[in-house]
Amino acid sequence: MSLESQLLQFLFAGLTLGSIYALIALGFVTIYNVTGIVNFAQGDFAMLGALITVTLYQRTGIFNRVITVNLQLPLPLAILLAVVLTTLIGVVLYLIAIRPARGASVISLIIITIGASIALRGLGLIVWWTDPYPLPVFTPGPPIEIAGAVLTRQNVWVIGTMVAIVVGLYLFFEHTLLGKALRACAVNREAARLMGIKADHMALFSFALGAAVSAIAGIVITPSTFMAYDSGTLLSLKGFVAAIMGGLTNAPLAVAGGLVLGLVEAFGAGLLSSAYKDAFAFLTMFVILLLRAGGVFGQRLAEA
Amino acid sequence: MSAANSSVLSRRLHVTRWAAKHNNLTAFVTLALVLALLPFWVTNNYHRSILVFIGFNTMLTVGLSLLMGYTGQISLGHAVFFGCGAYITGLLTTRYNWSPVLAILAAAVLTGLLAYMIGIPIFRLRGHYLAMATLGLNIIFETVVVTETKWTGGPNGLLGIPRLNIGPWVLKSELSYYYLVWAVTLAVLAVSLNIVNSRVGRALRAIHASELAASTMGVEVDTFKLKVLTLSAVYASLAGSLFAFYLQIVTPSSFSFIVSIELVVMVAVGGLSSIWGAIFGAASITLLGEALRNIMPRLVRGASAEAELLAFGAILVIIMIFMPDGLTAGIVQWLRNVRRSGQRQAERAKQSPDAVT
Repeated sequence: MSLESQLLQFLFAGLTLGSIYALIALGFVTIYNVTGIVNFAQGDFAMLGALITVTLYQRTGIFNRVITVNLQLPLPLAILLAVVLTTLIGVVLYLIAIRPARGASVISLIIITIGASIALRGLGLIVWWTDPYPLPVFTPGPPIEIAGAVLTRQNVWVIGTMVAIVVGLYLFFEHTLLGKALRACAVNREAARLMGIKADHMALFSFALGAAVSAIAGIVITPSTFMAYDSGTLLSLKGFVAAIMGGLTNAPLAVAGGLVLGLVEAFGAGLLSSAYKDAFAFLTMFVILLLRAGGVFGQRLAEA
Repeated sequence: MSAANSSVLSRRLHVTRWAAKHNNLTAFVTLALVLALLPFWVTNNYHRSILVFIGFNTMLTVGLSLLMGYTGQISLGHAVFFGCGAYITGLLTTRYNWSPVLAILAAAVLTGLLAYMIGIPIFRLRGHYLAMATLGLNIIFETVVVTETKWTGGPNGLLGIPRLNIGPWVLKSELSYYYLVWAVTLAVLAVSLNIVNSRVGRALRAIHASELAASTMGVEVDTFKLKVLTLSAVYASLAGSLFAFYLQIVTPSSFSFIVSIELVVMVAVGGLSSIWGAIFGAASITLLGEALRNIMPRLVRGASAEAELLAFGAILVIIMIFMPDGLTAGIVQWLRNVRRSGQRQAERAKQSPDAVT
């Protein structure tokens, strides 16, 4: 393989990974904008979405193979149900863990969402055990070859899903009343409340939306990378890294951040060292955080 | 009414300061005596090993509680310093044949230096960003330890660490490690109690309350934060060194970010700013973890140790929602409420005897 086609290959891999990070980052940004909370359980929604899809789609032994679920629903239906169920889990999480702690200190809220993330991870472990689960590719067929580099059909699905969701969210936030109400909450919660917007409902809705988007991200990536109970943590962290590139509040920048992070990882792994793939992501985060805190992008971020 | 309110308030203040004031010495001596006598009652080696682990966790949580509770700086990467202590000690004794005591000291100095150097940039961050940065640090540490197989033994761990010896005296038995670990833990505790109840402690609490106000009052905020981070890292390094000699093997999984989060759970259970609470948190979570490890496989066939995660997460959420001051403070408050409502009922009964019957 020539260097050019190799670089192109890294580009494809980076864009695919980056699309996933971008989707998770969008969940972070949506919830943070509306509630002021960084939900560290964001990646665990992706894990839940994927593993629920697996369970609905194929014969799966859950609770360490004590119970066998054999529904074998068609894949699109399994995906739809999994997204709905994960959204419900997000809503329940908000109601039982986040809502009672409204007004708590930042440090308490951080500990709460991390506790929620650990609890979901533990739930995943108890239900699905440590096995990594695959899903079949959505549309089987030969990969697309471009200048000697290979773009699999699943990669196209991942990137396409990301683009579709970004466009969908844009239309939702710009052109629907509910979307505008959410944006109003993000701009000024008190003023929004005075205008008759129920901030509590909006917070609930933001958790539902965040969970749904993450679940979709988890489902589309599983055919190419597998999913296990503990995959959510790294997805959370990387989604967060992407989200902070937009200062946690700017959705388009967060999407760009996700793509940049995916590319850094893919090129870092390909050209430097694949063992240190995750370390590159966090080194990027340090550099960005410190540049921002140091005043390059303004002081605001250090205070959040 | 206002007199009653203020008496409640002063009683509450009194209770929170109870440990901090005149009874600190009594409590410390009592703890030391109980710990000295405990092995006569606990003779089973497995149970003694749990006590040793409570010691390690106490050293770690006392440092973390100083950092989180007293300066308000969150750290989700405390296991890094624990791991540095363990790996540096392990490397020096296995590869370079250093004497154990020298290795412990070198590890403490190096880990302290590392913490100081990390602290300078990282303390420019706050809140979520600091949490994520420290968590990221822990993941980088894990990656390095797993990848640099030549030095660390990779995922299989660093093997063949010798037993700790002080001069010609080699520590072999469970009991000797119990006494050694707890002696060091008590020393750590004594130092921390002194710090908390000194001028430095007041400065730290001021930083927690408001960094801006503290700096206006002349507290050098950044220097204090760095010093506390360094001190807590040295505690963690000591724990790591003793841990390495005790187990004679160090593996990456002992220092994963899950361990860091468990430490935060312990601090949260004990109450974010309470040294005594940190011991309580360390002991209760270590015991709970051990109990879950024994019970889970019976509940779910073949369930492994990690299934305790669900319980840890749930505990963390519940405590932060209902008892943000920690389990100890929460229980004290609850008992007082129960007693007070009992008193109120008794008073009412005295005033109108007919109404009650």
